[in-house]
Amino acid sequence: MDLRFTDEEIAFRQEVRDFIARELPAETRERMVAGRSPTKQQVVDWQRKLNARGWAAPEWPKEAGGPGWTLAQRYIFREELQQAPAPSPLGFNINMCGPVIIEFGTEEQKKKYLPRMLNLDDWWCQGFSEPGAGSDLAGLKTRAVREGDHYVVNGQKTWTTLAQHADWIFLLVRTDPTAKKQEGISFLLCDMKTPGITVRPIITIEGGHEVNEVFFDDVKIPAENLVGEENHGWDCAKFLLGNERFGQARVGASRERIRRLKVIAQESMDGGRPLMEDPDFRRKVTEIEVELKALEMTVMRVIATESKRKDKKPDPATSVLKIKGTEIQQMCSELLMKAAGPYAWADGDPDEEDGSNEVDVAPDWAFGLAGVYFNWRKQSIYGGSNEIQRNIMAKAFLGL
Amino acid sequence: MDFDLTEEQRLLQDSVARLLGDKYGFEQRKGYMKSADGWSREVWSQYAELGLLGLPFGEDEGGFGGGPVETLIVAEQIGRYITLEPWMSTVVIGGGFLRHGASQELRNELVPQVASGEMLLAFAQVERQSRYDLFDVATTAKRDGDGWVINGRKGYVVHGDSADRLIVTARTAGDRRERKGIGVFLVDAKGPGVERRGYRTVDGQRAAEVELSGARAVAVLGNPEDGLPLVDQVVDECIAALAGEAVGAMQAVHDMTIDYMKTRQQFGRPIGSFQALQHRAADMLVALEQSRSMSYFAAMSAAERNPVERRKAMAAVKVQIGRSARFVGQQSVQLHGGIAMTIEYAAGHYFKRLTVNDAMFGDADHYVRDLSETGGLVAAA
Repeated sequence: MDLRFTDEEIAFRQEVRDFIARELPAETRERMVAGRSPTKQQVVDWQRKLNARGWAAPEWPKEAGGPGWTLAQRYIFREELQQAPAPSPLGFNINMCGPVIIEFGTEEQKKKYLPRMLNLDDWWCQGFSEPGAGSDLAGLKTRAVREGDHYVVNGQKTWTTLAQHADWIFLLVRTDPTAKKQEGISFLLCDMKTPGITVRPIITIEGGHEVNEVFFDDVKIPAENLVGEENHGWDCAKFLLGNERFGQARVGASRERIRRLKVIAQESMDGGRPLMEDPDFRRKVTEIEVELKALEMTVMRVIATESKRKDKKPDPATSVLKIKGTEIQQMCSELLMKAAGPYAWADGDPDEEDGSNEVDVAPDWAFGLAGVYFNWRKQSIYGGSNEIQRNIMAKAFLGL
Repeated sequence: MDFDLTEEQRLLQDSVARLLGDKYGFEQRKGYMKSADGWSREVWSQYAELGLLGLPFGEDEGGFGGGPVETLIVAEQIGRYITLEPWMSTVVIGGGFLRHGASQELRNELVPQVASGEMLLAFAQVERQSRYDLFDVATTAKRDGDGWVINGRKGYVVHGDSADRLIVTARTAGDRRERKGIGVFLVDAKGPGVERRGYRTVDGQRAAEVELSGARAVAVLGNPEDGLPLVDQVVDECIAALAGEAVGAMQAVHDMTIDYMKTRQQFGRPIGSFQALQHRAADMLVALEQSRSMSYFAAMSAAERNPVERRKAMAAVKVQIGRSARFVGQQSVQLHGGIAMTIEYAAGHYFKRLTVNDAMFGDADHYVRDLSETGGLVAAA
């Protein structure tokens, strides 16, 4: 048992850190430090810089255009991006649709889509959830009927994150309504400019425009856009969701938020002294730091066991990552908001460009902290709600 | 980064698990508890045969040559079977003081006796007013010729009643709560000026109240004018071992709870089929896995050379493990229902050990305060 990073891994971390320090535009970083989402252009520019360096898709194998990193390198890379903070490679492209195409796609599909995904020439979005299919995803109803060399798609997707930016959507559709729930589903790729698609914004409680409804009205999708076999789309979906394993822990991101929290709590006054000197507040911060340290060690364990394992059965620790990772992030956002005191409450209208909701009221560090708090309640709902994670744990690991 | 055990470590784990599996059934444990010592001399001699009593000492001095990972492995098994023998007191704490504080001469004398099981040690540190502060010491040590004479009272001396030697913290200079001026002394537990009153603790272990009136130290451990850093180091190593013990106990009682949920029938079906209970069991698993991670962090940090960083790490370990032990202990009883309220059922005994484990050398609340006052784990940016 050796729980340290190797010298090579430590050197790699430094290389990543240096690259970020050199290449990340100050405006992007400052915007993210303030708790705001990077703009579309900032995400695109950064992804292209990463791509030029060969780092656009940390998890992809070399032959698909990835750097061919070990799990430890991938973890270090993502942690450094989160800590900087810098935009992560666009998840829809790099962690969701890309890996599905690499695993299940044809050679033509790989050639056509992967390079453009890496360079963010195409922004992808995810068409999974429907009004009637949330946690019970396999209950989805969007219908695709094969007509000659096309599928004709009718139905509605929802919670489609950043569909307003998207050039393409990957979606689950029902191709055999007579089969058992999971067995009549297919995985399709669709150009967002195809006639019959309507994107309608959903404004979330904090006032931001991040998610959308996407309507399909007789949308013709070429049959060659089917990934894998018809009626076997559920395999793609399970594979895609399984890939989210480490992503949701976001240890680096939480560490960055705690650093930020300590800065703000030093500037914010309470009872005539900096809030950070209040023992009760300080202890709350400490409790999160401790949870985060345990989570970090759990991530390490998962990485260490996954890199050796032949079978693809998940480690019990993996469900811990989602539950604890999101709980910690939510706690961070709550303490940040509280630290801002009355300055947390300024509200505004969503920004057309990035969907965020900010107004200019002093002091700088208070901007949008309440918005992030309200917005981050989504974390324990998406990606398999934390209750679904507990169901998984009870069934898969405890045999209940 | 590698969390796998080496072949040797796996052998160690298997041999301890086999011994305790054989010797530490619930009924056997009850028998040991009722015996005169409150634990088993027979099991103790088998510990010696397996090398567990010489675990942390170098092979050149007759030890096993184990480090923090080996200690973690043994401690986890000890927690799994909630054993009663004075392993933590004698080997982890006593061994720690011998390794970090004893002269070569003293080591030559005592290490073979500890490793063979003949020498039992206990740490006499707690005082009425000290609660969890290691530096709060009223007991005094005064020079007398080339030796030291000790006066004072020590409480909750774990396994103090069966110990052959006591490791006593005593003030050689300064005021009661000063960090300087604390010495660590080895005292013959059966010698003149030492009075012991043994008693059983709620977790089935033994402890003693110790009255020291003019007791002569047989040896000094470390610097008698500035022994607190030595105490901190040994206690930190013990916290890492206690983390392992807690994880072992949590695993055992969680397994027991899950088994019970699968067999206990109510409303015509196993209670484990109810989602409210499933989610509680899942939350217990989250707490357990986070604790296991933290026990690895503890083992990794036990050898940390910077004492400030080491203390912070152990504070974090105490907080996380203490909170988890409380939750897992309480919920194991809750999910079992009435049966776990009976003294005839094992779950309650795990709950009690976990409760005491949290409080050893300071509970989670104590260390939250400590860690928050020293700046926490993450530096501000």
